[in-house]
Amino acid sequence: MADAARAEIINGSGTIRLDNVWTRFGGEESWIHRGLSFDVRVGESFVIIGGSGAGKSVLVKLLIGLLAPERGNVIVDGIDIPHATKGDLYRTMKHIGVLFQFGALFDSLTIWENVTFGLQDRGLSDRELRRIATEKLKMVGLRGVEDRLPSQLSGGMRKRVGLARAIAYEPDILICDEPTSGLDPVMSDTISELILQMKERLGVTTLTITHDMTSAYKIGDRIGMLYEGRILACGTPEEIRTSSDPIVRQFIEGRALGPMSIGGEEA
Amino acid sequence: MESGPEFLGSMWVRMAWISSIGRYGVDSVARYGRVLLMLVDTVRCTPQRPLRFHLFLHQCLHVGVYSVPVVLVTGAFTGAVLALQTASAFRLFGAENLVATVVALSMTRELGPVLTGIMVAGRVGSAMAAELGTMRVTEQIDALHTLATNPVKYLIVPRVWAATVMLPCLVIFSDLLGIMAGRFIMVDVLGNSPVAYYKRTVQFLDFEDIQIGLIKAALFGLSLALIGCYQGYSVRGGAREVGFAVNRAVVSSIGMIFVINYLVTAYFF
Repeated sequence: MADAARAEIINGSGTIRLDNVWTRFGGEESWIHRGLSFDVRVGESFVIIGGSGAGKSVLVKLLIGLLAPERGNVIVDGIDIPHATKGDLYRTMKHIGVLFQFGALFDSLTIWENVTFGLQDRGLSDRELRRIATEKLKMVGLRGVEDRLPSQLSGGMRKRVGLARAIAYEPDILICDEPTSGLDPVMSDTISELILQMKERLGVTTLTITHDMTSAYKIGDRIGMLYEGRILACGTPEEIRTSSDPIVRQFIEGRALGPMSIGGEEA
Repeated sequence: MESGPEFLGSMWVRMAWISSIGRYGVDSVARYGRVLLMLVDTVRCTPQRPLRFHLFLHQCLHVGVYSVPVVLVTGAFTGAVLALQTASAFRLFGAENLVATVVALSMTRELGPVLTGIMVAGRVGSAMAAELGTMRVTEQIDALHTLATNPVKYLIVPRVWAATVMLPCLVIFSDLLGIMAGRFIMVDVLGNSPVAYYKRTVQFLDFEDIQIGLIKAALFGLSLALIGCYQGYSVRGGAREVGFAVNRAVVSSIGMIFVINYLVTAYFF
């Protein structure tokens, strides 16, 4: 841990830091993030909660360099993502695993090819790649699916394959975008449990974006609520659970009526 | 002279028309500009490692081999119709023996490349737009990026070069089938001499004619794959936008085939 902390101080590896980030699409009034700032420490599990349209998915695109903010800094694994060269960006991507909302598995590839996709330029034989895929699939509780196509799996299985792919090259940082959306409560808990296990077994820094409070309480060391483009409240799951902020209370209790603006209107 | 609210209203309608035409023109130029930028990116990415030659071969199979049946049917029936039409016209002034020359030159210089290009644009250009568009809306292209893989290198480079290489090969098949179908009509149906048909075919057909057709085919392949890939790659939204992208890919690439056909013909004229 001391070594990890030193590495963090020296080069910021395994950390995420957003500093006064402003993002928008279109005109002056269409700001999505308005001075968004937070940081995630090495080995920490940070959960971002927020309503639909709060800019959570845009945040994922910022973190992986698919979008650039108007201003502010996005530092992931010690790299200034918006200003990185393509080469630096791809090198950084090798230290980041991303679990997409719907798995984003490649339709035309089998499950084992999907899981080991990021390892295919390492000169490993197919036999070796299959062995790695089987091992990673076992970690997420899947067996005997190596030769199937993504279309032959259920939504929950696809998410688990997505997670196996995200951890295949043992990343320093794991980013999960709505990992439990569209799943039944049991499968949601299974996915949350898996993310927790990955964090504990592999020691990865985890950033999870969700609006599933059960999952957020389970996964998070800290939870930050994204509201109107910035972090409205941040704290441990217990601090969020007992927050007196009326907007946080409305969100975590899932009430339709309250001070929270929904799609620009007050509910 | 007109005045008042009615005049202002009609002026407003006219201005709106002019403005929408102008906007369409600007958008079109911008779109083709972005297609050209994608070509630059494709060329730049091509030599980068890993080369992934197997992806190129896989695309050659899809673009080339699987298009052979449709191209053979198109080439054969075009050659047959061309022979019948020219034979009925040339018979009027006793020039039936020139039908072979007309079929050979028309197929190699114009009809072979253009019709093959159109068929492949419909079959392959649309499939490229649909596949890449679906990959975009299901975040598969974003996933490629997070797996440290350049999506242009992985998806677009093999498709563009496979279409550029395979179109000329398909055109050779189309030309041959067209000429053979013309021979079938003239010799087996209309009873002309096979030797005369052969002689008239090779007498006026230069290597340059075939070469021009193949150059056109390569350019058609390049443009239809680039447009198909661009339309799919730049999809934003959902299934509806993928449908629009497929539609635009086919219409734009067929339009581009006619433009390129004219430009190459004019260049070698």
